[in-house]
Amino acid sequence: MNDGPSESPTAATEEAAVPPSNGRPETAATDFLGMSREECIELLRLMLLSRRFEEKSAEVYQMGKIGGFCHLYIGQEAVAAGALTPLRPDDYVITAYRDHAQALLRGIAPESVMAELYGRVDGCSKGMGGSMHMFDRSLNFMGGHGIVGSHLPLATGVGYAIRYRGGDQVCLCFFGDSVVNIGAFHESLNMASRWKLPVIFLLENNEYGMGTDFRRVTAAKELVDRGRAYDGLTSLTVDGMDVIAVRQAVEEAIERGRTEKRPSYIEARCYRYMGHSMADPSHGTYRKRDEVERWRADDPILAFRQLLLDAGRLTEEEYERLDQEAIAQSEAAAEFAEKSPFPDPSAVYEYVYSDGYPDDIGRRDAWRKELS
Amino acid sequence: MAVLSYREALNEAMREEMERDDSIFIIGEEVGEYDGAYKVTKGLLDVFGEWRVRDAPIAELGFAGLGVGAAMAGLRPIVEFMTWNFALLAIDEVVNSAAKMYQMSGGQYNVPIVFRGPGGAALQLAAQHSQAPDPWYSYVPGLKVVAPATAHDAKGLLKSAIRDDDPVVFIEGEMMYNTVKDEVPEEEYLIPIGKADIKREGRDVTIVCHSKMVHQSLAAAKQLAGEGIEAEVVDLRTIRPLDVPAVLASVRKTNRAVVVEEGWPTCNIGAQVVDDIQREAFDHLDAPIARVSGLDVPMPYAKNLEKLVFPNAEHVAAAVRHVCYAN
Repeated sequence: MNDGPSESPTAATEEAAVPPSNGRPETAATDFLGMSREECIELLRLMLLSRRFEEKSAEVYQMGKIGGFCHLYIGQEAVAAGALTPLRPDDYVITAYRDHAQALLRGIAPESVMAELYGRVDGCSKGMGGSMHMFDRSLNFMGGHGIVGSHLPLATGVGYAIRYRGGDQVCLCFFGDSVVNIGAFHESLNMASRWKLPVIFLLENNEYGMGTDFRRVTAAKELVDRGRAYDGLTSLTVDGMDVIAVRQAVEEAIERGRTEKRPSYIEARCYRYMGHSMADPSHGTYRKRDEVERWRADDPILAFRQLLLDAGRLTEEEYERLDQEAIAQSEAAAEFAEKSPFPDPSAVYEYVYSDGYPDDIGRRDAWRKELS
Repeated sequence: MAVLSYREALNEAMREEMERDDSIFIIGEEVGEYDGAYKVTKGLLDVFGEWRVRDAPIAELGFAGLGVGAAMAGLRPIVEFMTWNFALLAIDEVVNSAAKMYQMSGGQYNVPIVFRGPGGAALQLAAQHSQAPDPWYSYVPGLKVVAPATAHDAKGLLKSAIRDDDPVVFIEGEMMYNTVKDEVPEEEYLIPIGKADIKREGRDVTIVCHSKMVHQSLAAAKQLAGEGIEAEVVDLRTIRPLDVPAVLASVRKTNRAVVVEEGWPTCNIGAQVVDDIQREAFDHLDAPIARVSGLDVPMPYAKNLEKLVFPNAEHVAAAVRHVCYAN
């Protein structure tokens, strides 16, 4: 039986037991990347906002205020915060369906994200997209996309447009671990590498594609190795529970994109504390409670809090105030969404074609009086 | 007016539009150095360079999606599929990304893109290379679907498709690239998407058709004229949106209709056209509507069997005689 490539001693050791830090790479001691105290506090604030917003989302989902699928980001906050904050406003962001935090941290108002979850007109996609399809063109936030892997070619196209116009922006593309087995992933990495497109492919490896441990379905010991086949692509793994590590990796990738026009593939090792969606319990069928607890011990927000406390960059009081503000913002967002109107029935045809819905097709529905 | 082949007309349309607007680029397999698998993009690489005429890897899903992303970022891509058969690998990007983006984003991201290439059967290319894609895309709200039959229409409609702010599926025909030649004005012109064209006037029966079948229908009409039946040939040109008023106006005049297309008979364009006619012109009909299509089988390779499957002028004429109670 062929066991594949011979294993390095390191790999063999890693398999021996539950590895330290849940298998995440060690991060060197930090000087906070030269960030000011205020910038560090801002990172923490964004992570707390994301956490509290998602908790509020879960609460109102249970009350039936939000329909459809609802994929929460709790546990992965360090990735979005570390990756989105070094971008410029004219850079581009595109992501998958677990997109609430990316939308918030790119700068969409919590009210607007929550109203979208509620399916109301004041939502960032006017209630037409919902949880999985947050958009804001004014922020170059190019959406939440619901078909696994299908937005990677889109990100590649954004990179193509940047090069085409001779710009120095980058396109940051978030996706999950199940994507590494999809053709679109390889087609995108290949084209972006061959044509030197400034795309940052940011893999959030939270261990599970829905309920399937990536190891059960992936013939690779390390997902970062999937990038090593492509010439010109810088591939690396970072601790996705460490906001500073993520930020450093993305800052370097941005620089590669802006100056060398080269793509990057970053695997951020992280974990989601909730189920795949609101329909899925946090543990039970495919993962054990103790595993979730083990990762919860590495909570990215509490870890960063401690780091800042130890460095004298944060006080307990400041943390408490930030947390209360995040809770209050999330409450206010839900109150706003509650009051926002549902889309007018006329909106049903409004966004199908940018030059208006064709009468010749519309006449097939004309018998439905509620549409007239 | 110059006589151009269907292929030359498409090439001129792209060349003129790319000269007019530098946000337009072409991406696809063999579009550059090879001059296009069917030479439709011949010479464009030399004029516009590799960023505007991009040879893609054989990765339809990837380069179709690249086009969608570039369109969202402000460019106007033309994605060439070597044939629509291969585009099945990319249908997720056409349907789930391009067609739905404007709606999912609440009107923020329109996708100005053209997906183009030849559809349908050619000569003995067997099952995987011989199928009409028209109904698959016509089903999808958010797409526009264009399938011209003449060089004149191909040029005017491709220019409109390139200028359109929404995704357009543009279906050509391998067998038309060379064999279809007609007069194309020297001066610039556009043909609006969504407008049918009467290719032949007649009082006795309406033949509704598009793409290659326009030529089979015109051949049938000529033959029928010798039998005293004057057929009106309505070339849909655009499948989505469909020019229902043009179809209805003709049927209200002739009171009989035959709907012709190359593809399979189930859930096809003809099924839709028949529904539109029965719903809006029921009282004008003097006979049940007939449909002519390919047979309901994957295309066989053997020459005689392929001929059996593919609809031709004889089939159209027979259907017309049937609805005219003339046989």
